[in-house]
Amino acid sequence: MKRFLARGYAALIYLFLYAPILILIVFSFNASKSRGNWAGFTLNWYLELFQDRQIMKALYYTMVIAVLSAIIATVIGTAAAIGIHNMKRLKKTIVMNLTYIPVVNPDIVTGLSLMLLFIFTNLQLGFVSLLLAHITFNIPYVILSVLPKLKQLDKNLYEAALDLGATPLYAYRKVILPEIMPGIVTGLLLAFTLSVDDFVVSFFTTGSGVSTLSIIVYSMARRGINPKINALSSLLFLTVLILLVIVNFRSGENKNKE
Amino acid sequence: MKKYNRLILSLVLLLTVVLLTACQQDERVVLNVYNWGDYIDESVIQEFEEKYNIRVNYDTFSTNEDMYVKIKAGGADYDVLFPSDYMIERMIKEDMLHKLDFDNIPNYKYIEGQFKNLEYDPQNEYSVPYMWGTVGILYNKTMVEEPVTSWQILWDQKYSKQILMLDSQRDSIGVALKMLGYDMNTRDLDELEAAKQALIEQKPLVLAYVGDDVKDKMIAGEAALAVVWSGDAVYMKWENPDLEYALPEEGSNLWVDAMVIPKTSKNKAEAELFINFMCDPEIAFKNTDYIGYSSPHSEAKKMLDPELLDDPAAYPDLEGLVNYDIFKDLADYLKVYDRIWTEVKAH
Repeated sequence: MKRFLARGYAALIYLFLYAPILILIVFSFNASKSRGNWAGFTLNWYLELFQDRQIMKALYYTMVIAVLSAIIATVIGTAAAIGIHNMKRLKKTIVMNLTYIPVVNPDIVTGLSLMLLFIFTNLQLGFVSLLLAHITFNIPYVILSVLPKLKQLDKNLYEAALDLGATPLYAYRKVILPEIMPGIVTGLLLAFTLSVDDFVVSFFTTGSGVSTLSIIVYSMARRGINPKINALSSLLFLTVLILLVIVNFRSGENKNKE
Repeated sequence: MKKYNRLILSLVLLLTVVLLTACQQDERVVLNVYNWGDYIDESVIQEFEEKYNIRVNYDTFSTNEDMYVKIKAGGADYDVLFPSDYMIERMIKEDMLHKLDFDNIPNYKYIEGQFKNLEYDPQNEYSVPYMWGTVGILYNKTMVEEPVTSWQILWDQKYSKQILMLDSQRDSIGVALKMLGYDMNTRDLDELEAAKQALIEQKPLVLAYVGDDVKDKMIAGEAALAVVWSGDAVYMKWENPDLEYALPEEGSNLWVDAMVIPKTSKNKAEAELFINFMCDPEIAFKNTDYIGYSSPHSEAKKMLDPELLDDPAAYPDLEGLVNYDIFKDLADYLKVYDRIWTEVKAH
C-alpha cells in the first residue's frame, strides 16, 4: 500500500511536469489555429514553420547567441572561479558577493542598465550588444557551478604535480581542469539554457534586425500565439530528449566497460 | 577528458561555419521594419525585396508601449513602424516622426476617405492607415437569448461568471465609460470614478480578465459574453458559428493602426517605397486576407469575399456609427487611468 502511494505520488508529479508539454505537442498537430477546436490531424504547421523566414531567423540567432555566449562565459567564468578560489578570505567574500548580486538582481534591472550602458557608449544595439549582455548574465552562473568543484579538490594534487616537475600551467591543464570538468560542463549547459530562455534582457539589448525566439513569441501576444510555435517547441523538446537519451546511454556504456 | 575535447572541437567548428555564413557581404540597402507580431503576410516582404533589391529586416512588437520605449531610448534605427492611433498622436507631439512625402506614395489614393485626416493626424501628414477595427461584444447565441444591443448586458446578473473582459486598461475603462454614456477619452474625474464604481460592481460577474486567450475560451464555449476586437471576432465566428458580434448602441472604440516613419530612419525614401508597396492593391489584399482584420483600402476590399464585406462585424457601416471614439493620447492624465485600473483590479 505504501509503495502504491509513493508510486502514485511520483506519477502525479511527473504528470504535472509533462502534461503541458504533451498538450503542446498534441496541439501542434491541430488543423485549427485555436485550442478550442480540434479540426483534425495535420502536419501543416511543421511545413509552414520551415517556410517562416522570421521564425527561422530568430531560431538561428537564438542558437548562435546561446552557443557563443555559453562558451565565452564558460571560459571567463572558469578562469574567474580559479582566481576566486585562490583568493584570501576577505577579498574572496567581497568578490563572491559581487558575483551573487547579478544572480539575485531582477532581469529587468540588468536589461535596462545594460541598454543604458550600450546607448551611453554609442554601441549600436544589435547582435554584438545582445551577445555581450548574454555573456554578462551567464558568467556568474558558470562561476557558481565551477567553484564547488574547486572546493572539493584536494589541494595537494596541484602541489604534487609541481613536485613531479610540471609547470603551473601544465598542472592546471592536466590536473585541475579534468578534475573540475563536470562543474564546467554544468556551467556551460546552464549558461546555454539561460540564454535560450531569456526574454527580458534580450528585449532591452537587441536592436533592429536581431530577434530571439522568446521575443517573437512574446510579440505574438496580441494576435495569439501561432501554432507554428507549438510545432517548433515540440521539435526543440524532441531534440533535447534525444540528446539526453544518447548522453545517458553512452555514459551507461562507459560505466559498463569499466 | 577526450570526450570533452571532441565536444568543444565540434562546437568551435560549428561556430566558424555559422559565423562565416552570417558574415556574407550584402550590398543592398537595409530597411528595418517594426510591426505587430503576426501582422503581415510574410511572402509580401520577399516580393518587396525582389522587386526593389532592398533587404528587409523585419521585427515585431506586442504593444504600442513596448515599441515606443524601443524607439524613444534610441539605439534602434527602424525605418517603418505600425503604431496605433493614440501612439501616433503622442509620437507626433514628441517630434519623433518624419513628415511623409506623399509624392512617393501614389497608392495613398486607394485609402478610403473616412480614414484620412483623423484626429490623431489631422492634416494626415505623418501616417498611412494599415488596418482598422472596432471594440464590441461577442456572444454565444446558444447562451444569450435576448438581442445584444447595449453594454448594459455585461452588468446583467443573469450572466454571472459567464462574462470575459479585456485585461487592457483603456479598453475596459472605456467600456464602462461608454456604458455610462461618457467619452472614452474623458478627463473628468467624476466620470472616471463612476466608471471605476461600475467596474467594481461588475467584478463578481466577470469570469476572467483575459488577453488573447479570449479567442480559445469563446470558441470552446467557456463563456457567454466577451469584449473583443472586431478582427478577432471575425475569426472566432469562423471557428464557431454559434458566436455573433454586436456593436453596442452607446458607441465604442474605433481604432486604426497606421504606417509611419520615425526620425531614427536613415532611409526615408526606401521607407516611403515600402509604405507605397503595402498600399498596392494586390499586396494590401494579401495582407488583409492573411490577417483577417478590416482594411481601409478600397481596392483590396473589392477582392474580398463578398460575404465578409457584408458582415457588420468586419465592415460595419461607418456612417451609422455614432459616438465611436478613437483613443487620444492622454499624456500626463494617463496616470489617473493607471490608478483607476489598479484600484479595480485590486478590489
